[in-house]
Amino acid sequence: MIEVKSLHKGFNGNEILKGISAKFETGKTNLIIGQSGSGKTVFLKSLIGLHTPEKGTIEFDGRVNIEMDSDERRQLRQEIGMVFQGSALFDSQTVEENVMFPLKMFTKQPDKEMLERANFVLKRVDLVGSNKKYVAELSGGMQKRVAIARAIVMNPKYLFCDEPNSGLDPQTAILIDNLIKEITEEYQITTIINTHDMNSVMEIGEKIIFLKNGKKAWEGSKEEIFKTDNEAVVNFVYSSNLFKKVREAYLNKTN
Amino acid sequence: MNYLQEIGKYFLMLKLVFRKPQRARVFKEALTREIEELGIKSIGIIAFISFFIGGVIALQTALNLNNPLIPKSLIGFAAKRSIILEFAPTFCSIILAGKVGSYITSSIGTMRVTEQIDALEVMGINSLNYLVLPKIIATVLFYPFLITLGMVLGIFGGWVAGTLTGLFSGTDYIEGLQTDFDPYLIQYSIIKTLVFAFIIATVPSFHGYYVKGGSLEVGKASTQSVVWTTVLIVITNYLLTQMLLT
Repeated sequence: MIEVKSLHKGFNGNEILKGISAKFETGKTNLIIGQSGSGKTVFLKSLIGLHTPEKGTIEFDGRVNIEMDSDERRQLRQEIGMVFQGSALFDSQTVEENVMFPLKMFTKQPDKEMLERANFVLKRVDLVGSNKKYVAELSGGMQKRVAIARAIVMNPKYLFCDEPNSGLDPQTAILIDNLIKEITEEYQITTIINTHDMNSVMEIGEKIIFLKNGKKAWEGSKEEIFKTDNEAVVNFVYSSNLFKKVREAYLNKTN
Repeated sequence: MNYLQEIGKYFLMLKLVFRKPQRARVFKEALTREIEELGIKSIGIIAFISFFIGGVIALQTALNLNNPLIPKSLIGFAAKRSIILEFAPTFCSIILAGKVGSYITSSIGTMRVTEQIDALEVMGINSLNYLVLPKIIATVLFYPFLITLGMVLGIFGGWVAGTLTGLFSGTDYIEGLQTDFDPYLIQYSIIKTLVFAFIIATVPSFHGYYVKGGSLEVGKASTQSVVWTTVLIVITNYLLTQMLLT
């Protein structure tokens, strides 16, 4: 579980995160939604340590970020898997090398074992037979799968995804969403996903946090998001006619 | 004030670069790759330019020494001194600053804007150490060989130019090469090369690593890095010449 308490972060005097508190449970897909500029990416990057918060704490299963020494912090980073928005795969390496990279850096496994592990996770993300391809030879969806494989190859406790299905067609986007959800449940990972894709919200949002202007404006489940009368959430989530109709249908069905 | 901040940031970067590599095996692989990218792939351009510039130096010297009282062997002597002292270490380093410097900045800069460096950091890897240290070691190890090759081919180019044009004989040229030969000049040239190699690896890395924005900014950073690397090579050349030869 990850617990965030009163997180503040700003740049050049401009406050981006204004005291966000939230709990993210293990084995669940936790979604952070909000408009562009609401602070989602800064929040996620603060959680994974790419930004240093000015105030507030982040607790990883009882380990508080500000109380950790450098060894503990290094250890924690090896428990984190991250899927970046643009995949962030090393384009000078093949698929296999990308996936094996964390193993090479942090384990002393023989090559054969590393390769077996890489093949296992590549099979898990349904990407068999692409081991020797370079990143430029892969489609967007395949790149996302490789990024997920690299993120889970070290058996992480925490998985962070920054808009994992941006730029993908709806069918591939749903496949990626479901893959993340399955992996989260299968390996009991605490998963946090940044998204503004409403399909993801409806599909895999077990816990949803809505950010507005650097503050938590709402939190709940995907069922609750249908019923909420929070104006900011309603305006954001149901901005399209399609989702308005989906909501109406859901409410008519449940009433 | 901004320049002072940048200089401070550069030295802080170096502090992070010079750490023990996290995995010796990964470091060796990276070093081999960098020797190939930054060194071996530069042999062609250095060989080509050295040969022809050596020829031009010898021809220019011959054309400007038309006094019959001056011995023809002076052409070989002057070409040798020019090539060993300045052309090979300084001119070749400026060429490498353009070729290798822009490559380093654009490759690291692209890694920055596509979040590959963030990915390394999230994994708990010292990205500066992982990306920059192999480049420094590769250039410092390989460039003395590259510059020595430049010296040899430059001098050879001078000999070829002379014998093909008939402006001076090969015998005179070789006599000039052997006249008053001081091995310290080679030492001086290698010392300069080592310093320039360090500049060529670190200044473009600095520009690439701290780039912000997108592909346009990476392009601008590449240009900036070549300019600054060249400026630093020229200034350092002056300082080293004063320190080592006066």
